[in-house]
Amino acid sequence: MKKTDVIIIGGGPAGIEAAYDLARNDVQVFLFEKEDELFGHMNIAATLFPNFQDASEIRSLLLQKTKHNNIKIFKNTGVAKVHKDDKDWHVQTEKGEEYTAKAVLLASGFKTFDAKYKEELGYGIYKGVITSVEFEEMYKEGKILTPYEKKPQRIAFLNCVGSRDEKVGNHYCSRVCCINAVKLSIEAKKLLPDVEAYCFYMDIRMSGQFYEELYRKSQEDYNVNYIRGRISEVSPTIDNRLQIKCEDTLSQTPLKMSVDLLVLMIGIEASEGTSMIAKQVGINGEYSFAKSLSLHSADNKTKNEGFFLAGTCKRPLTMPETMADARAAALEIGYYLKGVPE
Amino acid sequence: MSFHPFVIPFTAGAAILFAVIVYKVYKWTTSLDRKQKFIVKQNIFTIKTIRAISEVFREALIHRNIYRKNPVLGYMHMSLAFGWFLLIVFGKVKASLYAGTFFEPPWLAIFFNFFAVEKHTFLFSTQLTFIMDFLLLIVLSGLALAFIKRMKSSLLGMKKTTRHSSFDRIALTSLWLIFPLRLLAESTTDALHSNGGFLTGSIGQLIPTSAASFMELPLWWAYSLSLFFFFVALPYSRYMHIPIEVVLIFLRNWGATAGEHHSGYTDIQINSCSRCGICIDSCQLNFAAQLGNVQSVYFIRDTRYNTLSDEVVNNCLMCGRCSNECPVGLELTLVRQQYRNKEEIPGKFYYEYTKSIENQENIDVIYYAGCMTHLTPSIIHSMKKIFASAQVSYWFMDEDKGVCCGRPMRQQGFVQQAKNLVIKNSRMINSSKAKLLVTSCPICYKSFKEEYNLNIPVMHHTEYIEKLINSKKIKLKPTNITAVYHDPCELGRGTGIYEQPRNILKNFSLLVSDNERENSLCCGGSLSNAILDLRLQLKIRDHALDELTKERPDVLVTACPLCKKSFVHGNKAAVMDIAEIVAKNIVTNKKVSEKVYSNELYGVLINE
Amino acid sequence: MKDLGFSISKSRTIDLDKADLSVYQKIIDKVPSAKLCLMCGACTATCSARNHTDFNFRKIHLLFRRGQFDGLADELDKCMLCGKCRLVCNRGVNTRAIVYNMRIILDNLNYKRIK
Repeated sequence: MKKTDVIIIGGGPAGIEAAYDLARNDVQVFLFEKEDELFGHMNIAATLFPNFQDASEIRSLLLQKTKHNNIKIFKNTGVAKVHKDDKDWHVQTEKGEEYTAKAVLLASGFKTFDAKYKEELGYGIYKGVITSVEFEEMYKEGKILTPYEKKPQRIAFLNCVGSRDEKVGNHYCSRVCCINAVKLSIEAKKLLPDVEAYCFYMDIRMSGQFYEELYRKSQEDYNVNYIRGRISEVSPTIDNRLQIKCEDTLSQTPLKMSVDLLVLMIGIEASEGTSMIAKQVGINGEYSFAKSLSLHSADNKTKNEGFFLAGTCKRPLTMPETMADARAAALEIGYYLKGVPE
Repeated sequence: MSFHPFVIPFTAGAAILFAVIVYKVYKWTTSLDRKQKFIVKQNIFTIKTIRAISEVFREALIHRNIYRKNPVLGYMHMSLAFGWFLLIVFGKVKASLYAGTFFEPPWLAIFFNFFAVEKHTFLFSTQLTFIMDFLLLIVLSGLALAFIKRMKSSLLGMKKTTRHSSFDRIALTSLWLIFPLRLLAESTTDALHSNGGFLTGSIGQLIPTSAASFMELPLWWAYSLSLFFFFVALPYSRYMHIPIEVVLIFLRNWGATAGEHHSGYTDIQINSCSRCGICIDSCQLNFAAQLGNVQSVYFIRDTRYNTLSDEVVNNCLMCGRCSNECPVGLELTLVRQQYRNKEEIPGKFYYEYTKSIENQENIDVIYYAGCMTHLTPSIIHSMKKIFASAQVSYWFMDEDKGVCCGRPMRQQGFVQQAKNLVIKNSRMINSSKAKLLVTSCPICYKSFKEEYNLNIPVMHHTEYIEKLINSKKIKLKPTNITAVYHDPCELGRGTGIYEQPRNILKNFSLLVSDNERENSLCCGGSLSNAILDLRLQLKIRDHALDELTKERPDVLVTACPLCKKSFVHGNKAAVMDIAEIVAKNIVTNKKVSEKVYSNELYGVLINE
Repeated sequence: MKDLGFSISKSRTIDLDKADLSVYQKIIDKVPSAKLCLMCGACTATCSARNHTDFNFRKIHLLFRRGQFDGLADELDKCMLCGKCRLVCNRGVNTRAIVYNMRIILDNLNYKRIK
């Protein structure tokens, strides 16, 4: 059976949450996920900010939701083409199969900035320079180690890598890196109480509930140090550590120190799938994200009838915002399918 | 009787022109700087003079350079220049044969047909009459093309043509009138006396004698007057290039070059610009950034008329593309540099604060990475790996407290400050025991070669790597990735290093790009242009990147850290420096020294 | 005690009522991207001159903005115009052009083009 009510592209938190809300309302859903596993970038997380919610609990909740009868999951199925004829939407997968639905929900998520473009920070050159994603994976395994398999004495976190950066074309702020840096530094201290943690920032943006409290906690309970200055060069030292140079803008003096690990807080960019499909249906917006019909009044609809958006395919969002957005999208799609007028 | 009042304008104009030119050329040649005068005097009585004469013939008359660019354009310039030159020569021959003496009045040759109305019987008279008419026809055809070019330049292969000043317009109008008026004047005289050739004769037959007798004198007056206006306007217009280009060709063949400071030779170059506009089409600020008022032709024009603005002087990438294309061979980059120079304050020293590091170890090579290379550290690590593989002992001179080579300072015109930097670095280099200086940055390389006085040779790392490969100190694995090589401005046009990088890349599948070697495109990241708007800089970069990656190579290879940074941010293709691609593919069968190479170079930059 | 650079800013309040803010306007006219600086310090961190001496471009830019010009001309002489700052700036500020124009505004005699 290749026909259904709604096709959801992307099996991350947004896609699954929307699928479940639709399924509960007697809507038939096909969910396409191009990877082997569901949950997208949520697979990386060990804990979720700001309250260190165990990510695996949320994942199992979501997994339960996917088992609803009205949802059919297709893993390893990427979407190649989306187009509409008079009435219905047609989705062609990478394997060449065609599916039809009355409505399509794009929940294809984001990708992270490739830190090799900031060569002066040494990613891809020095083993001690890692991304926030790699650090979180280390934490999940319970082993934060230097490249030489020793316990690190100092870890530095650098905010705004690939975001707010004219040079790589991403002028926007990725929203989640600041709070994520606070979270990661606390995680580092939890695992290695003796390690020194330094966060290098241009601004500290604590824009959600309990974020500021977490920032305060990191200073008060975990002795995380915050330095306002942007690291612009990383070089190796004789004893196989990394030397970072920045300006401590608040004391207006140059600052350098040796660290064992430098964690780059990489930003959020539109995923390949998002930019490809958005372009196909004519809704690609700034920085290749998908553009909704109206930010304030119709953020899940697009200018194409029956094509909806949810989650980080539109812009950088936190997890709670993504889930809420997915539920809103499900509601909109529900109205559309029933023909409820505006 | 070979005089009539109407010859006065011509004669007066010619005399004035002659005087002005002699005066100016005298003034300029005497204000050559000492070095130029010395080298010129050395070469005057050598074969170079013969070469100069040959070049005058080839370029100033036949315009071979322009022919190569576009045959129709070349014909246009040639017909006007060479045609007019031959008209004068043959006219003089004809007049001398007629008058029987070499010293006939100068206006006789010009207004010959008016004065020599009886049937000619001197030697070669028929042939000369034919030749004169034929040459007139050639010149007129060139004029027609010039007219078309002004109306629709694309028909002559030029996308944009120069906008002219008012002096130029006076000179242009009078020039364009000279030959049609000559044609009409000679034809009218032929209508009365039948002394014309095949062209003037045929037109003469169409003119009724009544109109002719009434039109004859006014036409000859008009012809003489148009010559007068042209001669008088010439020294202040673009046509000054006609006499001055000849002077330039001689001086250049005798070894003169623009040098660091303004001199008479600069004035000669500025006045040799014919405003042909070929530099506009080659300028990336024009075709990639749509900035059309700062090109070299306008810079030179503004300098001549003393209306030079800071914007025009400073808004130039100094990439050298225009000098490369200039048919007159003007040293446009050097001349523009001279106009950026700031005054020097005697007795003031800068950069006293820089710390000098001395190194007295017995090392083979000094490695000077360059300021920019520190922002592309993978180049540094590649070079370290290469040094280690070749077992070369080296001193990384600017590893920690590097002093800038001084060229970016120089390019903004801060000559005195740049010299201080040069002194600092020279001291460190000359006092060491190394035998060779290797640098990774083409800007530093050009600086070391031209502005420093070192007691050891200097190489760019492409030259050095090639040397290592040739002397079998390092060996490369064969691979089959496709690469496109981008010639950096300062390395290619700047110092002539084209072959060495290509020899290294023979190991890989090297694709040929359209714009390469002397025609390579600037990446847009030039340090010479401090005021270009960032968005326009990115446009230039994007255009260059599109051109280079047209064939979808696996990797874009360059030899300059600035180019690498520019292109990487363009996000179109994997970009690697030559040092990186070599280091990645080195065959290491020896254990690489731990001290030198402690961090393993990983990080795949191309998809294999 | 380390010299924290107080030589170029006297320890007094910055009175924006009295300071001459129009001079900075001249910089903005020539280099519009100067408005975008958020004082993150990346430029100073990578500066070539900073390796040798206390030259702090960010601070100079900030003081210029606030109309405090004492001692800036001599400080600006320390810049080698190498351009690394411009390459690392997140906001795309043309830092080299700012140094160039500051020099010309502050010290007309020293940096006049030879006529």
